[in-house]
Amino acid sequence: MKVDFKHTQAAHCENGVTTSLLRHHGVNQITEPLAFGIGSGLFFIYIPFMKINNGPAIAFRTQPGLIFNRTCKALGIPVARKKFRSKEEAEKILMECLAAGQPVGCQVGVYYLTYFPKEYRFHFNAHNIIVYGREDDNFLISDPVMEMATSLSSYELERVRFAKGAFAPRGQLYYPKEKREVTNEQIKKAIKTGIHRNVNLMLRIPGPIAGIRGIRYMAKKISQWRDKLGPKKAGSYLAQLVRMQEEIGTGGGGFRFIYAAFLQEAHAYHPIPELIDISKQFTKSGDIWRSAAVQAAGIYKGRIGSQADFDVMSDYLRASADIEKQAFQALSKIKWPA
Amino acid sequence: MKRDELPQDLGALGKITGEICYVVDESGKYTTQLSNGWEVKSSALDVAWKDVEQRIQDAHNKVANKEASPILFFMELRVMDIPIVAAYTGFWKWQVKKHLKFDVFQKLSPSKLAKYAELFEVSVEELKTMKVDES
Repeated sequence: MKVDFKHTQAAHCENGVTTSLLRHHGVNQITEPLAFGIGSGLFFIYIPFMKINNGPAIAFRTQPGLIFNRTCKALGIPVARKKFRSKEEAEKILMECLAAGQPVGCQVGVYYLTYFPKEYRFHFNAHNIIVYGREDDNFLISDPVMEMATSLSSYELERVRFAKGAFAPRGQLYYPKEKREVTNEQIKKAIKTGIHRNVNLMLRIPGPIAGIRGIRYMAKKISQWRDKLGPKKAGSYLAQLVRMQEEIGTGGGGFRFIYAAFLQEAHAYHPIPELIDISKQFTKSGDIWRSAAVQAAGIYKGRIGSQADFDVMSDYLRASADIEKQAFQALSKIKWPA
Repeated sequence: MKRDELPQDLGALGKITGEICYVVDESGKYTTQLSNGWEVKSSALDVAWKDVEQRIQDAHNKVANKEASPILFFMELRVMDIPIVAAYTGFWKWQVKKHLKFDVFQKLSPSKLAKYAELFEVSVEELKTMKVDES
């Protein structure tokens, strides 16, 4: 049993699942940057009281699951999303979807994901894949971060769907409920909504640890890490920051480049000159994040490591925060044609 | 990032698949390009695994000094923490914490030991002796 489905690679798993499933449902205009932007994917949060793999909890994008939901909603497409208590039920419903010709998005853990390289297999449970068929005991898998489609045995799939720990997927599957054509007018409106929401998230979210203020907060903390944690642990923390920023899925520069690409695509729908200028600002911010990563690498590889070197790191983050603040303020002031 | 600046430093993932990156072409337009990896981030991943190895080594020493039970060793070996072990085994977190103690471990029932052995994918004998053949 195999659904007629085209595997496409993306930078980020959830963007990729969203894009592929929506295309399958007749939304021909959708691209990864559009899905990311309409879903208001750009974010920053540093949660100082939470640890992930013994390092700091940092995210450059919005909470898992939201991009799919928001993008579908903005385009007027109803979403089906289910979690399961029983593994049998989870497989039964999956098989029913496939039998009905419906490719299905699944949230999975990566620790037991057999086709991933060992080096990437931490207990991270918010990965997303598409199941689009079954041949004998093998499920056909489209994993957006992989160039080619792949497969998992029914046991392997069950295992990753029922991975445990933080963000446990509990067999979660999701898909757009109906095939619908989406007009360019709808895309235009969705772009506007997505940008507005992202402006609010980055500029107006309360508290000091998220949005632009979160980046500044992190900058302040980094300059204290060397004294507080000692050089070795501070290095490990910086390595974790770089992994969250650059590892599979961000498209480079902690999603800033994807967002810049989104604004360019938005310009094709809304020919407002400012969008191109603001897009360039996000490119610049992404470049600074990458310079910060190079600086961090110097520290965790032990090539540099003085307090001044940590301060340089903080300065990069502050520079990014300044640019992104201006960019989002500029976005909030755009006069959208009615 | 400009297209010609995209790093191509072969990393662990690069051997299996290229990663999509968003880059700017000569005319300033965004496009995607595959990257085989970037030395800056593969060394970040190295740091993470060295930390894991250190934790495994520390755990091993602790068990040898009877300061902890082999469950600590296997927990680190499988890159888990107490909440993850609790979630997979069905024990409460406080129970797992207790089982991390050397003395408590010696008195664990066979059924409890079997649960841990299953999670860590070793035999009960290997669980007790920490002798595992990891290739």
